[in-house]
Amino acid sequence: MSEYVLQFLISGITVGSIYALVGLGFTIIYNASDVINFAQGEFVMIGAMSAVTFSVAGTPLIIAIIMAMLVTVLIGFALNLFAIKPAKGASVVTTIIITIGASIFLRGAALLIWGKDFYSLPAFSGEQPIHIAGATILPQNLWVLGMTVILVSAVLLFFKYTLLGKAVLACSCNSTAAQLVGINVGKMMLLSYGISAMLGALAGVLIVPITFTSYDAGVMLGLKGFSAAILGGIGNPIGAVVGGLLLGILESLGAGFISSGYKDAIAFGIILLVLFIRPSGLLGRTTQERV
Amino acid sequence: MALLKVVHLEKSFGGVSAISDLSFDLPEGIVYSVIGPNGAGKTTLFNMLCGFYTPEQGNIYFETDTIYPLHQMQTHNIAACGISRSFQNLQIFFNMTALENVMVGCHLQSSCRFIPSLLRLPAVVKEEKRVLRQGMDALKFCHLEHLAYEMADSLPYGDLKRLEIARALASKPRLLMLDEPAAGLNDTETQQMSHLIRQICDAGITVLLVEHNMELVMKTSDQILVLNFGRLLAQGTPEQVQQNPVVIQAYLGGEL
Amino acid sequence: MKRLSWFYLLTLVVFLLPQVFPDNYYVTVVGVFAAFHIILAVSLNLLMGYCGQISLGHAAFFGLGAYSSAILTTRYGFDPWLAMFSGMLIVFVIANLIARPILKLKGHYLAMATLGFGIIVHIILVQTEALTGGPDGLGEIPGLSIFGWAVDSDVRWYYVSAMCALVVVLLSLNLISSRSGRAIRAVHGSEFAAQMMGINTRKTKVTVFVFSAVLASFAGSLFAHQQNFVSPDSFSFFFSIELVTMVVLGGMASTYGAVFGAILLTFLPELLVVFEDYEMLIYGAILMMVMIFMPQGLFIGLGDKIKQLSLKWRNQYSSERIGPS
Repeated sequence: MSEYVLQFLISGITVGSIYALVGLGFTIIYNASDVINFAQGEFVMIGAMSAVTFSVAGTPLIIAIIMAMLVTVLIGFALNLFAIKPAKGASVVTTIIITIGASIFLRGAALLIWGKDFYSLPAFSGEQPIHIAGATILPQNLWVLGMTVILVSAVLLFFKYTLLGKAVLACSCNSTAAQLVGINVGKMMLLSYGISAMLGALAGVLIVPITFTSYDAGVMLGLKGFSAAILGGIGNPIGAVVGGLLLGILESLGAGFISSGYKDAIAFGIILLVLFIRPSGLLGRTTQERV
Repeated sequence: MALLKVVHLEKSFGGVSAISDLSFDLPEGIVYSVIGPNGAGKTTLFNMLCGFYTPEQGNIYFETDTIYPLHQMQTHNIAACGISRSFQNLQIFFNMTALENVMVGCHLQSSCRFIPSLLRLPAVVKEEKRVLRQGMDALKFCHLEHLAYEMADSLPYGDLKRLEIARALASKPRLLMLDEPAAGLNDTETQQMSHLIRQICDAGITVLLVEHNMELVMKTSDQILVLNFGRLLAQGTPEQVQQNPVVIQAYLGGEL
Repeated sequence: MKRLSWFYLLTLVVFLLPQVFPDNYYVTVVGVFAAFHIILAVSLNLLMGYCGQISLGHAAFFGLGAYSSAILTTRYGFDPWLAMFSGMLIVFVIANLIARPILKLKGHYLAMATLGFGIIVHIILVQTEALTGGPDGLGEIPGLSIFGWAVDSDVRWYYVSAMCALVVVLLSLNLISSRSGRAIRAVHGSEFAAQMMGINTRKTKVTVFVFSAVLASFAGSLFAHQQNFVSPDSFSFFFSIELVTMVVLGGMASTYGAVFGAILLTFLPELLVVFEDYEMLIYGAILMMVMIFMPQGLFIGLGDKIKQLSLKWRNQYSSERIGPS
């Protein structure tokens, strides 16, 4: 039985890494603009689909990936400029509907461009399985894990140690004060959306050799990423990563030991339980409303 | 006759003591002010009196026909005993008109329940007319009746402070707690507020007041409690407190 | 009388429509869906618009009602009305059970919890094949009859569903202008102040949550008997989002706004069908543009625009009168 646990853990951490990246993207946009971006999953889908298209057209894999990232980042910019910025000051629910509209729009566009087919990329460094302690790891799993570690570290370091990163954080804390010290809030927002889109695109590109993609593949990923961010405590980037990994592992173990049909129900059930016990998520700060 | 008895109250937040061994009696029918520097624990005291915080130690007794242990009660039940308040940070219902805000204050003075309301039984129709009148009366008392049908989010700050008081008055409380009612008001508005507070007291309602505006406090209060670092520093009439050397040193700074 | 004048007008319009447009697909067939959506949107509006509690799982209660009716009538031979009542009772119990813990959450966390609940219900509907028929759904659900009068034509279903929708609208209008209605809105305005006015905010939130769930269940049962078939596809997360959109589009905290939003979003896909492959793209674009340019919702937004225009015309007219003498 124990070798199964390891196998489930491996697939769980792999898919969890993707959830972590999507959740991190959610958190960055939330921190920058107080918006829950329901189109986050579409960044993942567009990244994957674009990479496939460029690759199939003959570009080398690396170039295809970079171009896919650029396309997605541009879409992230467009989302900020044309959908979020004009609606500044709108209520929480209104912005949720706007991002849902954006998500439907992007899915509609993907449907037009790519139809309902499934697409995939070849694995980055082959399909030779590696055997460790009775479990099998594919090279692509290692790519996902490795790149996730690098990306998450880069993002966290960016926000903690670079001036630009701190400027972005300043905007999210208090955009008026940030403006007063000379920070261009508009550019910082654009940057946040760009980073978030880039993370989504990379997540898509990393996972597509394993799971395939299609025009509506972003929906569930977006939901899971959102769940990861909430599970970890909305607004906390480390929380989003922890939440994502935890979600992936729970899902995988649930699918393996209980039932694969119920795996999402188990994952969401556990999220509900966590929220009932800790209403601000695992690592979230409980802000006391002052009366 | 003590309306409110606070006995050895203790409250701390994450290791920092907000209220320490506080005991006092609040007699009925007067204007009783609580003053002290920022962080002295005034709003914490208010929040414990109305059930938003639970004290770590100590008791709070409210005596009307029965003795109510406020420290063990939930806020809406405390309200039902006859206690109401206004808030330091406005807690106006911005999604309603001024009159509707005050009609919410009549909640305890009415009784129609969910299903009869759905079916709009005759009792509901009758109650609605009565609550509307009571709401208008409360607005009139605070000179706000001309704003009855305006959306609350369009009203100026000074009017909103009075609206909160009107709303609290609509519940016909025995004890009215006002948390910095003069904050942000200009001189004229402060005079009007002082006058309103005395009118409320004359109508038979005991007023417990937290304020920083010393002129209003000294002019309007019958008794004053001075807090410092969560502890009782002094107690007495305005004259006694003004002349108390400990108080002068800690808070009033000599000149008035 | 004045309070309900718009309601009487609405009732009149609803009853006259099939007379003015006989045998019209949009009135009798799409109209029935609009009626179901109205019940769902108005009930959700009570929870979201008035009480301020966001719910991304309303479709789950719709589904529970539909499946209760479906299962109890086809597998256990219940009378349809008894099945409907039982479904509402089942939902009453379930909603009560989850309301207390869920409504302790706020904002995005509440959204997540209701979303999770909705998805869990959907998965259970799909997975418990023996009971629910799984992804293929459950068919041969009997129709409804009212004391022997069989609801067996499009027109009859139009009148039955329209009447049910009007009743729900009336209940909502009654509730809002009452002590309970003000208590509900006070919870949205400020929970602290509401408590201080003697309102038991927890109980209020639970009551609204359960009531709106039971109304959704009622709509679900009607749906099951009208369609004679149910499948999990109709009760997914997407439909929950559509319901939220109806409420927001109509302008929250307005019963008529919810009616408007429901009718609009029922007819919009019908109109967009002509665009075929572009349907999804245009739907998404419309959603975005409406919310960006009229964030208070189309109902209030259009209402304001009409007021603005009429003020402009009035000013023009009066300045013409004043004109050079």
